[in-house]
Amino acid sequence: MHIYKPEQEPAVRSLGPENLLLKGATLKNTKKIYGVSVYTGMETKMALNYQGKSQKRSAVEKSINAFLCVYLCILISKAVVCTTLKYVWQSKEGQDEPWYNQKTQKEKDTFMYLKMFTDFLSFMVLFNFIIPVSMYVTVEMQKFFGSFFIKWDNDFFDPEIKEGALVNTSDLNEELGQVEYVFTDKTGTLTQNNMEFIECCIDGFQYRQRDVRSELDGFTVTDGPVHKLQPKAGVEKEELFLRALCLCHTVQVKEAGSEETLGDRLDGMLPKPEEERGFIASSPDEVALVKGAMKYGFTFLGLENKKMKIRNRQNDIEEYSLLHVLNFDPVRRRMSVIVQTRSGETLLFCKGADSSIFPRVRPEEVDRIRLHVERNATEGYRTLCVAYKQLTAEEYMVAETGLQDARLALQDREEKLMAMYNQLETGMSLIGATAVEDRLQEEAAETMEALQGAGMKIWVLTGDKMETAKSTCYACRLFQRGTELLELTVRTLEDGRSKREERLLELLRDYHKRAVQDAPPVRTGVVTRSWCGSQEYGFIIDGATLTLVMNPPRDADASLYRSLFLQICQNCTTVLCCRMAPLQKAQIVKMVKNSKGSPITLSIGDGANDVSMILEAHVGIGIKGKEGRQAVRNSDYAIPKLKHLKKLLLAHGHLYYVRIAHLVQYFFYKNLCFILPQFLYQFFCGYSQQPLYDAAYLTMYNICFTSLPILAYSLLEQHICIEILLDNATLYREIAKNAMLRWRPFLYWTLLGIFQGLMFFFGVRFLFSNPALQDNGQVFGNWSYGTIVFTVLVFTVTLKLALDTRHWTWLNHSAIWGSLAFYVFFSFFWGGIIWPFLKQQRLYFVFANMLSSVSAWLVIIILILLSLLPEILLMVLRKPRGPLSRQKKPGQSNVGGIPSSQSSARPLLMRTFSDESNTVILTVFLQDELVFDGCCHTSLLQASEGALLTGAVGWDHQSSLTSADLHPLRFNKTQQRFQLESHDSKSHKTAPSRHFLL
Amino acid sequence: MMASSYNAKEEDGHHHPGSVGSGGPGGVKSKKPDNTAFKQQRLPAWQPILTAGTVLPAFFMIGLIFIPIGIGLFVTSNNIKEFEIDYTGVDMSSPCFNCSQNYSWNSTSSCSCSVPFTLDQAFESNVFMYYGLSNFYQNHRRYVKSRDDSQLNGDKSSLLNPSKECEPYRTSDKKQIAPCGAIANSLFNDTLELFYIHPNGSRFAINLVKTGIAWWTDKHVKFRNPAGGDGNLSIVFQDTSKPVNWRKPVYELDPNDPDNNGFINEDLIVWMRTAALPTFRKLYRIIQKKKDNMTPTLPPGDYILEVTYSILTINVTPDYPVRSFDGRKRVILSTISWMGGKNPFLGIAYITVGSVCFFLGVVLLFIHHKYGNRNNNADIPN
Repeated sequence: MHIYKPEQEPAVRSLGPENLLLKGATLKNTKKIYGVSVYTGMETKMALNYQGKSQKRSAVEKSINAFLCVYLCILISKAVVCTTLKYVWQSKEGQDEPWYNQKTQKEKDTFMYLKMFTDFLSFMVLFNFIIPVSMYVTVEMQKFFGSFFIKWDNDFFDPEIKEGALVNTSDLNEELGQVEYVFTDKTGTLTQNNMEFIECCIDGFQYRQRDVRSELDGFTVTDGPVHKLQPKAGVEKEELFLRALCLCHTVQVKEAGSEETLGDRLDGMLPKPEEERGFIASSPDEVALVKGAMKYGFTFLGLENKKMKIRNRQNDIEEYSLLHVLNFDPVRRRMSVIVQTRSGETLLFCKGADSSIFPRVRPEEVDRIRLHVERNATEGYRTLCVAYKQLTAEEYMVAETGLQDARLALQDREEKLMAMYNQLETGMSLIGATAVEDRLQEEAAETMEALQGAGMKIWVLTGDKMETAKSTCYACRLFQRGTELLELTVRTLEDGRSKREERLLELLRDYHKRAVQDAPPVRTGVVTRSWCGSQEYGFIIDGATLTLVMNPPRDADASLYRSLFLQICQNCTTVLCCRMAPLQKAQIVKMVKNSKGSPITLSIGDGANDVSMILEAHVGIGIKGKEGRQAVRNSDYAIPKLKHLKKLLLAHGHLYYVRIAHLVQYFFYKNLCFILPQFLYQFFCGYSQQPLYDAAYLTMYNICFTSLPILAYSLLEQHICIEILLDNATLYREIAKNAMLRWRPFLYWTLLGIFQGLMFFFGVRFLFSNPALQDNGQVFGNWSYGTIVFTVLVFTVTLKLALDTRHWTWLNHSAIWGSLAFYVFFSFFWGGIIWPFLKQQRLYFVFANMLSSVSAWLVIIILILLSLLPEILLMVLRKPRGPLSRQKKPGQSNVGGIPSSQSSARPLLMRTFSDESNTVILTVFLQDELVFDGCCHTSLLQASEGALLTGAVGWDHQSSLTSADLHPLRFNKTQQRFQLESHDSKSHKTAPSRHFLL
Repeated sequence: MMASSYNAKEEDGHHHPGSVGSGGPGGVKSKKPDNTAFKQQRLPAWQPILTAGTVLPAFFMIGLIFIPIGIGLFVTSNNIKEFEIDYTGVDMSSPCFNCSQNYSWNSTSSCSCSVPFTLDQAFESNVFMYYGLSNFYQNHRRYVKSRDDSQLNGDKSSLLNPSKECEPYRTSDKKQIAPCGAIANSLFNDTLELFYIHPNGSRFAINLVKTGIAWWTDKHVKFRNPAGGDGNLSIVFQDTSKPVNWRKPVYELDPNDPDNNGFINEDLIVWMRTAALPTFRKLYRIIQKKKDNMTPTLPPGDYILEVTYSILTINVTPDYPVRSFDGRKRVILSTISWMGGKNPFLGIAYITVGSVCFFLGVVLLFIHHKYGNRNNNADIPN
C-alpha cells in the first residue's frame, strides 16, 4: 500500500492479515477508521463455509415410503388377482352374462383388452383405500400440532433471554427420538464462553477466592474462614504476581456512560458502582485475569498515552509506561509486555501456557508450581503461567533495537520478530500460575451423561485448541478418568521419525486394533451401559490430521483410512475433534451420516461457524446463545440452553417417535383390515367390483370414524411418563434404530390387520349362511352384510387403539368414545332419511334394522372380542414394564417440574448474575474462534468511541450504524434486570413481577 | 462479537417492543409459555395397565358369560325346525324335470309340477316359507346398481325418465319400463303353493300370507306407488311398459289387494333387497299359527308343494330359469326364534370363544402363579 502524505515521499506499507477487520470486531483506541471492503457477499468466509439448505427427511418418512411400496404391491396384486379370476370365472358358461343380468350394448361392444384394463382399474379404485392417503394429512397435522408442545414447554423457557424453544421445522419431531450421534460445538454450547478466574498459585502457594461468591451461591462454602487472600507467599511476590496480571494483557477499559450511572443509582439496587468497569479484550481469558486481579486488590484502570495505570491495594495509583507488547500467537503460546516503572526499572512480564513457559524459567522454580498447574488442568481449568524478568538498561536497548528492526523488515518479518521474542523471553523467573474456568453450561455434564446413557455417541467438534477442548471434555464427564485416549493429532504424528502419512497409518492401525478388535463387547453391548464394564475409549483428532485422513496423498488409501477412522470412532464413546473449520465439521457429520447403517445424527451449536454442521446433520439444534442468530435461523430446533437438549431428546423425541411410529403402523393396519373384507367379497360377487360398504362409509371411514382417536393418541400419548423418561436415559435405547418401524413390527401389524380382516368377513359370512336374522323371519341383504362388517371394523379398530393407549386424558376419552358415538349417530342419520340427492337409497334403515336383530348384536360382539383377543393376550404375556409404568401415578400431579434439578440449578444461575454485576459492558472478542469465524467487514467503519460498533454490513446484514449508539443503554438495562433477577431468585420470589420497576 | 450479535438478534428476531434489551413496561410481556396442563403435557390421565392380574378375571368372566350364551344359542338354533325342498328339476325323476326343460308346449298355458314331501315333526308357531336360489349373483355390481330408487319411491319424473343405471332394462317399445332395471326384471315369479295331505287322502290348501314379508320401512317409506289416478294404478302406469321378462305389468302383481300392488308389492320389495351372497334365501310367505293354538301350524304328515311356472317371454323356457348358470331352486320351511332362522354358527362361535377364554384364563393363572412372583422380583431392581 502506498501512503501519500502532504510533504512527504509516498511510503510503502505492507498489508497483512492483521490489517483485516473481521466481523464483529470492536473499535478501540480510535474514533474512526477508514477501510476498504475486500471480501464481500459470497466471498466471505462465512458464505464460503455455508452450505445450501437441503430438504431434510426423517427416517420415519423413509419407513413410510417403504411400507407404502409394500401396500402398493398388495394393492396391485389384489387388483391383478381379481382381474384374472374375473376372467377365469367369466369363461364359464352363463356366468358372465346370465339372462337376469344383461350387459348394455356399449359394454358388449367394448374391446376385450380394454375391458380387462378398465376392470383392473376399477379394482384399483375399489381397493385404493388400502393406501392410507389420509395418513399423510394426519401425520402432517400431528407434526404441526405436536411441535407446539416443544414451543409451549415451560422447561425450555429461559428466564435470561425470556424465550422458550423455537421450532423451525415440524418435520423432524420424531427424529429427535432416534439420535445416535450428537455433534456438539464446544464454545458457547458446552461452555458458556464466559471465563472466570478461579484460583492462582503464587510461588507454590495456592490462593483461592472465597469471599463474594461463597456468600452468593454457596457453591464453595467449604472449610476455613473467609479470607480475602490467605497470606502464604511473601507480600512482594504476591504483589508482583498481581501486578503482572494487571499489566501483561491487551485489555481495554470501558467506562460506564455517566447518565446511566445516574439512573442506576436512583433505584439503589446497584452495588459498588466503581466496579462498573467494562473490559474489552481479544480473549475472554484476559478479561478474567484482570478481573481476578481486581478481586485481590489490584485494579487495572486503563491505558492512557502509553501509560498503564493500576490501583494497588493501598488505593495508590501506580503508573507504568508500556514499552512493548510481544503479542500472543498460537505457536509461542505466550505473550509478554515490557513496561517501565516510575522508578525506571524495566520489567518484562510474560504469561502463557505451561509448556511454553516452563522451559524458559529456572528449573528449580518449576516443580513447586507444576503440581498446581497439573491439578488445575485435570479439573478442567485453563491454566496460564506467569513469569517475569528484569531487564537491565543495556538489555533493553538491545531488545529495543532488535524489535524495531524486525518490525520494519519487509521480508520474513514474522520470523524475525519471532526470533526476537524468543530471545527476549528467556531466563525469566516464574512467579505463579492462574486457573481460569471456562464455565460449563448449566447442567452440561449431566446432560452429556444422560445422552451417553441413552446410547448416543458424542462428538465434540470445536475450533479450539486441543488442550482447552480436552479439559472441557473432562469437565463435561465426556472423558473420564478411566477413559483411554487415542490421540491422532499433528503432535502425535510428528512424534515419530517416520513420515507423516506412514505414521498416520501406523497409528490408525494401532488404535483400530485397540478399540475395535480388542474390545468386542462395546459393539454388542448396546443394551448394557457401555462404560461400566469394558474399557472406554476417547478419540482425539485435529483438523489438520482429519484433512490427511479424508484426503490422503494417495487416493487409493482414502477408503482404507476412512473406514479405519470410522470404525475407531464408532467404538469410542466420545470423539473430540479440535481445530476444525466449519466445513470440516460438516464433513465429519456427513461422513458419519453416510456410514454403515446410516445413523441419525444431531448437531448442536450456537454460532455461525456451526451452521454448516447444523445443516448437514439430520437434526440441527441451535442454541439461542450469545453468538447471534445464525445457528438458530438455520437450525431445525432452537433451545435456549444446552441442558434443554436432554428433555428435547429423551422426553419429547422419545414420545414423538413412539407416537408417530404407532400412528403410521396403525394407519396401515386399519386400512388393511378395512379393505381386506372388500377384497374377499369379490370372491362372492362374481369379481364384479361390487363394494362391500356403502360409499358414505368408504369415504367417512378414514375421515371421521377413525381419524380423531389416532390423532388424539399421536398428540397426547405418553406410554411412559416424562419424568421417568428423563430419569432413565436407557429407555431411549429401546426405540433406537427405528425400532418401532422396522419390518418385524410392520409384519406384526400387517398380520394383525389380515387376521382381523379375515375375522370380520368370514364371521359375517357364516352368519349370512342363513340371512333370515330377524325375529320376524325377514332377511338381510348385501348392504346389511356390509354394515355389520363395517360396524365390527370401526369398533375393533378404535378399541384396538384404546388398548394401546397408555395415557387416557379427557381428550382421548372424548375422541375414542366420541368417534364411536358419532359412527352410531351417523349411521342412524344416514339411514334415517330418504336422501333426495342420492340415486340409490342403499342404507335406508339398514343400520336400525341391523340393531333390531339380536344375532347381529351377538356377532358384532363376538367378532370384536375375537379380533382383539390375540392383542390382549400378547399384551399380557409380554414381559410387563412393571415398575416403570407403575411409578407414573404419583408423578401426574407434579406441576412444578422436577424439584431436585431446580435446586441444583439455582446457584449456578446466581453465580452468573453476580458476576455480571461487576461490569457494565463486557464485550468478548473470541480469539480462538476468530480464526475460522471471521466474516470480513465490508463497510467503511465509522463509529464514535464509546459506542459499540456492531458488525457492519456483513452478509447477514444485522445492524445499522444508527442503532449502534443505543446499544450501551440497552445493555445496561439488561444488566440491571439480570441483577434484579438474581436478587429475586435469591429471595425466592418470582422474577416477572419485579420487572415492572424498570 | 457478543455485543453486535446480541443486538442484531433483537432486530431480526422479533418485532414487539418489549424484547430483551429495552426493559420497558413491554418487557413484562414475556414469551413464557402458558403453564397450563395441556400445553405442558400434564393433563390428568388415567393410565391403565393390562396385566395378568387385571385380564385374568376378564377372561374368566368372558368364559362364564359366553359359554351359557353359546349353549343357549345352540339349543335355540337346534330347536328351530327347518325343511328344505330342492325343486330345480335336474334329475329325470324329479317331478319338475319336465317344466325345466325347453319343451315346445302351449305358451298360453302354464307349466306346473307337484313336489310331495313329508314332515316328520310338527312345526309350531308361525312357519316361514322361503325360496332359495343358488349361484344367482344378486350381488353382482352391474345387477345391484340396476335400479331406480326414486322411481320405486313414487317419483313421477323418475317414473317416466328412469335412471341410466337401469340400462339395458330401461325402455322397451319406446316406453319407459316401470320398475326399471335388471333386479326388477328378474323378479322371482314361480308361484308356490302348499297342500297338506290329510291321512284320509283329502288335500287342504294351506293359507299362505303374502304380507309382512318385507321390511316395514321398505314397504311404507322406501317403496311407494306414484300418486294420481285416483288409486287406479293402471292409469298411473299407463305411459310405462312392463319389464320385458314379466308376464303382467306392475299394477297387476296383486290385483286383489291394493296395499300389495304396484311398487309396494311385497314380493317385489323382498326381491329388490339384493342378497349378500350368491346363495340366498328370501322370505316368500308366512304360514300363521292356528288360532286355537292346539294343533301345530304344520302337523307332521305328507304335503305337496305345487309349483306353477310363469312364462318369461324372453325365454323359451317356461320356468324361472336357473339351470343355465348351474343354479338351484329351493323352498325352505322354517320356524323362527328370537335370533332369526336356524344357524348353528353363532352358538358354536360363542361356545368356542367362551371355552378358549376360559382355557386361556386357566393357562394365564397357571403362568401368573408360577412365574408371576419371580417376575416381580426381577423387575424391582430396574
